[in-house]
Parts: sequence; structure tokens; C-alpha cells
Amino acid sequence: MAHAYTPGLKVLQHSKIKKERRLPIKGEVHKNIGDIVDADEIVAETKLPGNVHMLKLANRLNIAPGDINDVLSVNEGDSVKKGELIAETQGLFGFFKSSLQSPISGTIESISDVTGQIVIREKPLPVEVDAYVSGRVSDIIKDEGVTVESDAAYVQGIFGIGGEARGDLEIVSGTRDSELTIEDIKESHSGKIIVGGSFIGIDAYKRALELKVRGVVVGGFNYYDLEEVLGYRLGVAITGTENLETSLVVTEGYGNIKMSERTYNLLKLHDGKFVSINGATQIRAGVIRPEIVIPLEKSEISDVIDAKERNLGMEIDSLVRVIRAPFFGKIGKVVGLPPDLKRMESETMVRVAEIKIDDENIVVPRSNLEMLQTD
Amino acid sequence: MKLKTILATDCGSTTTKAILIELVENEYRLTYRGEAPTTVEAPFEDVTRGVLNAVMEIEELSNRTIINEDKIISPSKNDNGVDIYISTSSAGGGLQMMVAGVVKTMSGESAERAALGAGSIVMDIIASNDGRLPHQKIKRIRELRPDMILLSGGIDGGTVSHVVELAEILAAANPQPRLGQDYKLPVIYAGNKDAKDKIEDTLGEKVDLDLVDNIRPVLEQENLEPSRDKIHDLFMEHVMQQAPGYKKLMSWTDAPIMPTPGAVGSLIEMIAEKEKITVVGVDIGGATTDIFSVFQGKFNRTVSANLGMSYSICNVLAESGLDNVLRWVPFDIDRKELTNRIGNKMIRPTTVPQSLEELFIEQSIAREALRLSFKQHKEFAVGLKGIQKERTISDAFDQTTSGESLVNMMDLDLLVGSGGVLSHAPRREQSAKMLIDAFMPEGITQLAVDSIFMMPQLGVLAHVDKKEFSDDARKAALEVFHKDCLIRLGTCITPIGKAKPGEVILNLVLTLSDGTTKEKELISGEIVRLEAPYEPIQAVLKPSKNMDIGGGKGQEIETIIFGGTVGLIFDGRDRPITIPTNKEERLESIRSWSDALNEYPKN
Repeated sequence: MAHAYTPGLKVLQHSKIKKERRLPIKGEVHKNIGDIVDADEIVAETKLPGNVHMLKLANRLNIAPGDINDVLSVNEGDSVKKGELIAETQGLFGFFKSSLQSPISGTIESISDVTGQIVIREKPLPVEVDAYVSGRVSDIIKDEGVTVESDAAYVQGIFGIGGEARGDLEIVSGTRDSELTIEDIKESHSGKIIVGGSFIGIDAYKRALELKVRGVVVGGFNYYDLEEVLGYRLGVAITGTENLETSLVVTEGYGNIKMSERTYNLLKLHDGKFVSINGATQIRAGVIRPEIVIPLEKSEISDVIDAKERNLGMEIDSLVRVIRAPFFGKIGKVVGLPPDLKRMESETMVRVAEIKIDDENIVVPRSNLEMLQTD
Repeated sequence: MKLKTILATDCGSTTTKAILIELVENEYRLTYRGEAPTTVEAPFEDVTRGVLNAVMEIEELSNRTIINEDKIISPSKNDNGVDIYISTSSAGGGLQMMVAGVVKTMSGESAERAALGAGSIVMDIIASNDGRLPHQKIKRIRELRPDMILLSGGIDGGTVSHVVELAEILAAANPQPRLGQDYKLPVIYAGNKDAKDKIEDTLGEKVDLDLVDNIRPVLEQENLEPSRDKIHDLFMEHVMQQAPGYKKLMSWTDAPIMPTPGAVGSLIEMIAEKEKITVVGVDIGGATTDIFSVFQGKFNRTVSANLGMSYSICNVLAESGLDNVLRWVPFDIDRKELTNRIGNKMIRPTTVPQSLEELFIEQSIAREALRLSFKQHKEFAVGLKGIQKERTISDAFDQTTSGESLVNMMDLDLLVGSGGVLSHAPRREQSAKMLIDAFMPEGITQLAVDSIFMMPQLGVLAHVDKKEFSDDARKAALEVFHKDCLIRLGTCITPIGKAKPGEVILNLVLTLSDGTTKEKELISGEIVRLEAPYEPIQAVLKPSKNMDIGGGKGQEIETIIFGGTVGLIFDGRDRPITIPTNKEERLESIRSWSDALNEYPKN
């Protein structure tokens, strides 16, 4: 049977999720293989070298760079306190002395008699990495971090902003095609991850920010509204480091697009559960999609893992969604996969799929389709 | 020994492309090609898997055995395998560098030129006078995590302290390499030779330091070659060693693996030198647009890191503004609807335009991406370039602002486009029109597109230095470039000057190879296309008294021009091209220019 490789976003009722939790530089790992961890638990920590201050000592004391060792009262490696005297000139007959105090507390890192500069480094900055999802430590990356494995329901979005967040899931929109409005968002949603239907407008999102809602999951958002949220026009889809109170996970795309039935129903099934979400998106080689991870109780885990993570090819009867105009957002069933290239209205020659939407057969380039993974 | 079969691959960030070049009836021709997804990332994490898959496609098509036990057979034996195998790579984000110089417009700019010329992306230029405080510079260096750093500054025998100060900033930042945590970051020092000892004292223990000749030994001279060579060496020794599978790939190739843009640049440089022509080449990709040029014998390359047709398509919109994109769109569309459509292309980058409307929008954005990238290129391609260039003291202090751009469109002989939107446009007329609208050539300019983007492979082929093969390899690169790589679109002829609407600006008489002649008048503001194949055509071009076609105002010229798949395009529009602001007039102009070229299907 004909196949076409068409990756789709994952919407899985049960999957073994593995999350690598890694420090930016080497440090100390606190967990061992087999440890059970909560989402908020610290699994590794390190200390980033502190910020440095460069002091143009020779300039400040009006001496030649080569003379700075004569006036310094500290050596490389010494600790200094803010305001502590670190250099003093002899002056003239003991008068007209010039001196310099340390502008910060820290350690003298280097002294240069070429440039006349000294470098003082502040104390190291602690960096911690938490588990992000509750689960079991399945692997240790020596001095760098751990891998946490979790049995979970798992939903990928198409685009998001804001980083990792956690909270209780609450379905707010009654249907998958209703808009999440400003009136829908209440004070009781503070600290939660709320789920809408087809769309959230800028005013409603601002309300969520104001109420410190931890996350919003919704079908669509307007591209041009992003500028108001971020303060700049998003040129490249690399996100996750924005300092936002409310992370946003868009499951379908830009515009008003009803959330896929499968995604909505899966989230609804877990209404009230404690979940982890991440808005981080990177659409480049090494693609990262935003996600919602819903750890499952033992009783909810079926024997058969239905995680169809195999990127199955498209075949006859596959359920697909069109991801580009003119049929954007429509869902249909594949009824034909002709092997030859076909000419589109744009005159582009492409491999196509024939799909049936509402009793009508249409022809769409295969690269404009995504599989709806079912399980 | 005669070189008979050449296998070349280009490992891109998404696709690995393989080509087979063979000696057919005493000339080198591209015979087969294959491609497969690049396998640098999980689950494969071995670049050679993608290479073998792409080569397997060639095997199937050519019935020639090239692979044995998951390895390329080289040299060939009994008609199996190939004589040489070579490769370029831009997988894993290519080569990402940071450069540092004492004065931003002098050593900083020279260092940037060396890094770009070697095929890297320059993430930032740190300079003593860049306006940032030391702690801001340190923070930036820490955040960037480049693959390597090029440090320059000071003329030989000049002040030592400034460049040592930069080294102290680097030492304080203690930068970590992007790939892997187990090796030190490579840093190349190419500054004042008198500071070498101090630089070693300052950086020696923290980074993997290499010392090369000064990039600016004296104020009026630029010496880029040693830095460029060292960047290539370190790319192979360090960066490639960290990328999955590259050690194996390097053991297979008969010449060092080059960064993809570095290979394209060296090919364009070679063509320009060999044929004594001026060239502009552009490669517009999903994330970046690279522009290469050779004017006055000087090569320049720029990379516009966030101007591309999919991953960074929204950045084109952000930088050019919606109105500039919309002015090329030949129909009316709701502005918000348009931005959402473009946003959806960014988050689903592999989709293709099915409807004509979608194609219009995509090609409108391409015009703006190309225009902006070329603007950046013209601003960068100024003043010094090349191995050594003499300059007077008076203009050495301010290269960028006082230096005239080397790019002179009236002098441009050949404009080559490549990248999906240009190479795979449904009609070649569309490629030609996008190139003309974006680059706005003046006088007489030949247009071409790279059929399947094989310039990278040909670039590295031209640099094979195995003694027995180097001459043949160079010959093969040139022959394939002309016969199989380039699709000649035709020639664009544009008189330059002030003219009133409706005025005749050019009289032309063409004598075709069969002896027939054609006469024509070009009116200001119109485009005229004459179909003509790629063969020499005798042309007598007489501009009106205020117009210049290359010989001066009102001066008639007699020359040989070439047609192509599109033919001869006489462009009577002014420069820069004026597009009416009134909606109806704009649509009328856009449609009439488009119809003149038969750019899109009717209705």
C-alpha cells in the first residue's frame, strides 16, 4: 500500500514519556536511578560563575598599567567586600593619596599589568533543575542531570510561548469550537492550566495574565496579537524563554480554528488533574513543540502502551488534517494516494493525496497534510 | 590517471543531496542525483546514514555499485565505486562564530569578513568601541555559545593593551562551546603580533588557542587568508568531530569537508576569476539567505541569518513591513488574514502553495527577503577585501561609511539564483521576475538559476588538491557548472535615467543567429519580453538622450547578448522600481508587468 511520511502532532492517551533534565554546565546530581520524584523536586544543581566587574584601576588612579602591582593591597584569589580598600597610591610626601574601593563583594580573579585592569567576580549563582514531571528516574547523565520517565497522557501543540508551568487542569470552554472569552476567565483559575476551544483573543489572554493563570491551552491565536504580548514581532518560531506569567499552548495554528476533537476529548478526560505544560517551541532542525504532560495514576495505566509514536506513513483510510489554505483546518479520510506528480492550481507539481471531506473528494499536496494520530 | 567518476554530497540541515559526475565522451556531466533526509539527529545520530541513503538512490538509478558494506568504494575498482568522494556540510546549524576586534569598523569588520568568507554565521561582533559595558559583553559571550571565536585587533607593532583587554573580557566570560561539554572552545588570535605572548598568558589555559598572522598587519592592508584557512581547519578538527557521524564521514572523503556556504563562495570566486566577469549569487533557504558577489575582483559574502522562506518567513514580514510585501501581491487581501497565513507557514514550514493565491503571497515575500538581503550585502561589500588590498590612510579610518559599495549594478554581468523558491518556481518566468524585482539589475545582466543547488558540491570539487586529480576536478567543476548546474533564464536589459511616462527610452535592433533581425522600441514603465534561446544575439541598443545602457547617457552600444528559457527581458521601469500607491493603479501595473512575462496562468 502506498505510504507518505507525514508527521503529525502527538495526542496520546498513554505513553512512556522521557524527559531529560540537564544542567547548563556540569554540577551535582541529587538523584539515583529508580528514585520516584515529584514535578517540583530538585534533581540537580550547580553554580554558574558569578558576574564579573572589570575595574580600570590604572586609569582610575592615574598611574601606568605596569605600576598597578605597587599600589594594590590584594592578590589574585583574594576575597573582597564591597567598599573594602583594594589599592592606594603613595602620594606626595604622604599627601594627595588616591585610593580605590571594591565596588562589589567577590573574588579578585585577575590582575593585568598590561591593561591596568583588575577583574572581580561576584559569588557564584546557584542554578537548580527540577523534575518537571512526576515519575521515576530512569537514567543519570553524569554530573549533568537525569532522565525522568513517566506514564502519562501526552498532547503536543503546534506553537507556544512561555516556559514550563504546572497546575491543575480545568476545561473552561464547553465545546471545542467555542472561543475562550474574557468573561470565561475567573479568579478561581489563578494558578491553573485552563483549556479553551477554538480561539483566545488578546483581551482574554491579558485577563489570564492578570489573574496569574499558569497556562492556557487553546486551538488558535492571532499571529498579529503576539506582538502585543511579547513586545516585539516574532520573526522566528523559537520561544520558551519569555518571562510570562501565563504560558500559552496553541494546538492548531494561527486564526480561529476549532481544537481537534481528539485533543479536546483527551484533555476533558483528565479535567482536574495536576499537569505540566511547556510553551517552548523551536521550529528548526531538532524541532521542539509545546506540550501538555498528564501523569497517570497506576489504575489508569493499561497494559498495552498505545503510544503510536511510530511515525506511520499515510495510507488509505488515514485520518488527516489539511494544514494550508485553501482547505486549511479541514479533516478528512485518505481515499487515494496516486504515485504520479499532479499539477496544482499554482502549477506546482507535487505528490498528492485524495481525501474525502463531507462527502466530497478533494486533492491536496501530501506535504500540506498532517496525520491525526489515533490510538 | 584520468578522473572519471566523482561522487559529491551536501549534508544540509534537513536533506542530504548526492550527485554523480561522470566523464561522458570526454566531457564531465552530471549523470545522476539522489537525496534523503539528513540523519544528524535522533533516532539515527549519524550523518553517514543519510549519505548512504542518498547514494543508494544513485545506485538504483545508475545501476552502478558504489557502496560496499556500508562504505563508499573509493577509488573505483572494476567499474564499481567512484574515483573520488567529496562532501560539504551545513547540518546541525552550520558553523556559528563570534568575532572580536578592537575597532568595530576596522579589525572587527575584517574579522567578520574572514569568518563570513570561510562560510560561517557571525553571531555577534564584540569590539572595544561597540558601546557595550564590559559586563554586558561578558553576558553576551556567555549566552551565545559559539563554535569558535576569532579575536583580532591592533596593527603589528602598535598598542598591545586594547586587544589584551578584549582577551581579558573573553577570559572572564569563559565561553563554552555549543556542542559538547568535554572540550575547550577554539579561539583564533589574528591580531597585533606583539601581543601574542600576553594573549597566550590571558587565554591559554581557558580556551584552545591558535595564533595566526595578523588580519590587519598595517592599517591599509587586510590579510584574511591565514584566518580563513585556520577556521576551515578548526571546523574539521573540532566542530565536525562533535557532530554525530562526522568522524566516519571525514575518513571517507578525499578532500576536507567544507562548510556549505564556503564551498559556494569559492566556486563563485573561481567562475568570476576564470571568466573575468562580475557575479552576484544568492541562495534563499528556509531560514537564511546567503549572498555572494565578486566586483572589481573582490569576493564578498553575507548571510542574512533570519531572512528565509519558512522558518524565518515572519521575520521577513517584520523587517520589511506588511505594506512592502503587499505591494507585490496582485489581488486584494485582508491584512490580518495575510499575517495569520504567513504565521501558519512559519509553524508548518514544509507545506507548499496549492492555490495560485498562496503562490502569489509566497513569491511576494521572496521578493522582499531577497531585496532586504541584497541591501545588507551592498552595505557590507565595501572597501577592503581580498588577501591584500592597499588603501590610503585617509580612507582607512572609516571603511563602512566612507567606502562606496563595491556592488555596482551597471557592471553586473551574471546574477545567479538558487534555493527552493527560485529553483523550483512553477514557471521560470517567475524566477526571472523575482530576481529582477528584488535585485533591480541595470544595463545588461544575464540571469540564471541553479537547477538543483549543486554549487556547494562543485565548490568543494574545485578545491580537490590530490595531485593526480586536482586539474581534472577543477575542469569538471567548471564544465558541470555551465552545462548542468545553471539554467540560463536569459538577459535583462534596463536603461537607466530619468524619463517621462510613455517616453521611448530605448531603440533596439537584434540580429539572431539565423540572420533574421528584430526591431523594437522600449517605452518608459513597460516590460517587453522577446523569446530567444541561449545563443549569441547581435544587439544594437540605442538609449534616448537621458538614458544609459552601459556606454553612457544617450550612447549607442553594439554587443552580443544571450537569450535563455525565458528569453530577452527589456525592463523599462525606473530604478528603484516605482510601484503606484493607489490600489487600482498598483494592481494594474503589477498585472501588466506580470502579463508581459507570462508569469502566471491567466484567470
